[in-house]
Amino acid sequence: MTRTAAIWLFVGLAGYVFLPWYMTPHGFWSFGWVIDPQGGGESGLYHLLSGRFWLVGPLLGILAGFAVLGIIKPPIARSRGFIITATAGLALMIAQGLLIKNAGRAAAEVSLWQPGMGAGAFVVALSLLFVLTSGISGLGKGRGDAFITSLIGLIVALVAVFVFYPMSFILVQAFALKGGQGYGISEFLPRFFDDTVWSLACVMGSGYCGAAVNSLVLGLSTALGTTVMGLAFALVFTRTAFPAKPFLRILSILPIITPPFVIGLVLILLFGRSGTITVYLSDFLGTEKTRWLYGFWGVWLAQMLSFTPIAFLVLIGVVEGVSPSIEEASQTLDATAWQTFHRVSLPLMRPGLANAFLLGFIESVADFGNPLVLGGNFNVLSTEIYYAIVGTVADPAKAGILSITLLSMTLVAFLAQRKWLGKKNYATVTGKADNGQNAALNPGMKWACYALALPWAAFTLVLYGLILLGSFVKLWGYDHTLTLEHYTRAFGMVFRNGVHFVGSAWDSYFTTLTIAAISAPLTALVGLLTAYLLVRQKFAGKDAFEFSTMLSFAIPGTVIGVAYVMAFNFPPIELTGTAIILILVFVFRNMPVGLRGGIAAMSQLDKSLDEASIMLGANSATTLRRVILPLLGPAILAAITYSFVRAITSVSAVIFLVSARHNMATAFIVGRVENNEYGIAIAYSAVLIVTMLVAILLLQALIGRRTLRRTDRVQTA
Amino acid sequence: MTKGSVKFENVTKSYGEFVALKPLSIDIAPGTLCTLLGPSGCGKTTTLRLIAGLESATAGRILIGGQDVTHLSATYRPVSMVFQSYALFPHMTVLENVAYGLSVKRVPKAEAKDRAETGLELVGLSGFGSRLPSELSGGQQQRVAVARAIVLEPEVLLLDEPLSNLDAKLRRHVREEIRQIQQRLELTAVYVTHDQEEAMAVSDRIIVMKNAEIAQEGTPHDLYERPASAFIADFIGDANLLDTEVIATGDETRIRLLGQELTLPLTAKHTGAAKLVLRPHQVRIGSETLPGSLPAEVTYAAYLGNQIQYTLKSEAGEIFAVAPPVAQPFRQGDNVHFSWADNAPRIVMT
Repeated sequence: MTRTAAIWLFVGLAGYVFLPWYMTPHGFWSFGWVIDPQGGGESGLYHLLSGRFWLVGPLLGILAGFAVLGIIKPPIARSRGFIITATAGLALMIAQGLLIKNAGRAAAEVSLWQPGMGAGAFVVALSLLFVLTSGISGLGKGRGDAFITSLIGLIVALVAVFVFYPMSFILVQAFALKGGQGYGISEFLPRFFDDTVWSLACVMGSGYCGAAVNSLVLGLSTALGTTVMGLAFALVFTRTAFPAKPFLRILSILPIITPPFVIGLVLILLFGRSGTITVYLSDFLGTEKTRWLYGFWGVWLAQMLSFTPIAFLVLIGVVEGVSPSIEEASQTLDATAWQTFHRVSLPLMRPGLANAFLLGFIESVADFGNPLVLGGNFNVLSTEIYYAIVGTVADPAKAGILSITLLSMTLVAFLAQRKWLGKKNYATVTGKADNGQNAALNPGMKWACYALALPWAAFTLVLYGLILLGSFVKLWGYDHTLTLEHYTRAFGMVFRNGVHFVGSAWDSYFTTLTIAAISAPLTALVGLLTAYLLVRQKFAGKDAFEFSTMLSFAIPGTVIGVAYVMAFNFPPIELTGTAIILILVFVFRNMPVGLRGGIAAMSQLDKSLDEASIMLGANSATTLRRVILPLLGPAILAAITYSFVRAITSVSAVIFLVSARHNMATAFIVGRVENNEYGIAIAYSAVLIVTMLVAILLLQALIGRRTLRRTDRVQTA
Repeated sequence: MTKGSVKFENVTKSYGEFVALKPLSIDIAPGTLCTLLGPSGCGKTTTLRLIAGLESATAGRILIGGQDVTHLSATYRPVSMVFQSYALFPHMTVLENVAYGLSVKRVPKAEAKDRAETGLELVGLSGFGSRLPSELSGGQQQRVAVARAIVLEPEVLLLDEPLSNLDAKLRRHVREEIRQIQQRLELTAVYVTHDQEEAMAVSDRIIVMKNAEIAQEGTPHDLYERPASAFIADFIGDANLLDTEVIATGDETRIRLLGQELTLPLTAKHTGAAKLVLRPHQVRIGSETLPGSLPAEVTYAAYLGNQIQYTLKSEAGEIFAVAPPVAQPFRQGDNVHFSWADNAPRIVMT
């Protein structure tokens, strides 16, 4: 414990004395600050000596820590000393960060001015945190293991800074008064209950409904629809002898690797004003070309197509989880197939259905891409928030208020899900081998499922065919000559004195891949480490810890995007316009997925494996590295793959955070759609889908190989 | 020399309101095998995990080899453990498993390999090093777990129900091996089990636990011959417990049993209600009344080949007895008389 604390004290001191305290103009890694430390790369010590007295806090914390190290000998008292000094240092540092506002660089040398915190501040804060946590471990918490307490401290700090801190800005902004006249509730209430949010006019037939009402209705309809469709697919998959099941599996994965608005785009190609089917119907049947697609029905259809696979994936586990012996028991009691399904199997699937419904609801109200492309006059909260920020009149207060509305919806659904699923245990699969057969569906049910699922599958297939076709057609609906024009414009290369990437999409393509590749392993790491703490360690406040880490799952992308813009646009943490903010937003948005996968996988590992490793003299860190992580291979692969894919397909949060230097593929595509350049948008989407397929296969080959080698050894030995 | 001794000084463990271990003081001598025996939930596994450092004591001091380890984490304690589930790392070969402890302690690779191979040899598994645990039988996995624990040359070896996943025949074989290895290496071993026969077979000393505290401790012989309570009498070996009353005690003890007054060559603690402890093989059954014999009725008789088992009904309680096979065994419903050799029974107070 003492050694860990001492090392971190030295690291902290070095960070304070040598590293640039504030952000350097050309980035940390350019090392311009090494050559010219006066050009914005001054250390904390330099700033302190040149009069920024408020930077003394963290230094005092570190020096007091050294004093504790040198003077106090009894271990318990020394641990207390570390805790007190480190906490004080951190508190002073946070206080100065929040209190000293940016008064502009033009102000005099020793004015109350500060840029965003940089590498030095980061290292000092981290060191103080770890001195604090190793002090806590010295008191015997976390079985006296400094690694465990440090891990808990680190994750708590990360979640606090990158989830709770930005979210607090949404709350504060919502209460901002117009014209920057401070904060109050006088404007909040009328704006919160405004007609544009809650109007029911469309029901009375006298205008448009409010965005919140629209979101709510859309969310409920999508949740209901996807749950029914997902159940139909799951039943076809598990309870019938349908021949092409692997094909259904693939079909269910495709939408997951599809950027969310692509479905909307393809629907336009079919049902838009100049869409194939619209034109066909008007030519041959004389129906009017309507704009029905641009509104509730279009968004709903697109969401149904996008989110049915999620419901399917949730429900297939549940449907398979109904133990065959229970259904067999019902049949031996002379129940018919229908009675067995209706009275035994279906009630057992209830929690799964609830889960699918709530997930569908959360996904639907949080969805940004489809309403953006197809919404028309049908306003929903997620797009309204976007327009409140990027519209002609920026209105952060409105964005804050709408965000709170949207957040309350998803949070209620999230809490309902936890409450409902937490109470009852419907698991019927036990550790015992269970050799029975699931009851087949009765013919009526079977054909009903086929009737729902198969045309839907065919429709999805047609849409994906169209993505390919659409990208090779000059101008859909008008000029159907085949062309490579979209691809050359987006992904053109010139081979003259080497390769030149002249296509307009290359920049964003490379940025997207880089950022996804950096954030995916980080996401998996944070998620799995958190899972390790939750499954394997006991500590005070574990429930609250788990809840807060899961919470970011319920925060819609648009909301977190707005929150990041509001929080990280100025000191103490100034990240907008950098690649770091994009990586951070992906890590903390996708972490719950890695967390869930990790919890599930780790619960299956016998705890005595860890204990055996500890007993053999390994510490927690070694145990994690040499025993647990190798055994979590598939879960790691799943977490990395999923976060990679999510980072590439995500639109909602990203669209606020991209910059000219760091543009992302989805933001680029949305830009093309807004300019009606559908060809390029679709071509780019096709390239993304192929890229992700290749990446998934590569990842599987790379990480999956270790498992293969092990199996080989089993066979040859 | 205190190396290898284990000492508890008033150690307690509670989880919130629940008391897993009442103040416990034990002292295990170096080089001996001590068994913690008791029904499930009696605190024996908690005690073992406290020695291991996998649980931390709520109060009290734990000393290993004379050194206070109460606040030392499991990683740094000079003990190793054989788990009930073996806990072999499934992704490592047998040799990698055995060498794991050495490699995390930064023992040079070649040396670690040598020592691991020596360990495997000790448990009779040389040549199995390159296999995966899943390719071994249950008994072999068990021995790998033992080898993995002892290559670290711990001061104390902990065994948590090490035989419970083996079938009955293998169990006897493996427990003999464990005992031999322990004696050859002069290791201190702490062994947890709920199987009294296993405990009797391997232990130098047995600590019987019940309701989170010690019920009695001593050598296997002590516990069997001088049970301190009806619980111990019943738990260590089968015993018939007959209601009786101690009338007078001194060098000899007079008791009243089934209306008869009898004299036993032993000393009871005091007078009053008591139980007479009669082991099944000590019961003698005859058809005629002899001085000191008592009436009973055969309610069940089972012929097992090498012995005959009887269940008798008497006014003092049910009696289970085993007798050598004879041509004419008693049958259900027969009225019989039972007695015992003079110095056979014990008295425990209730």
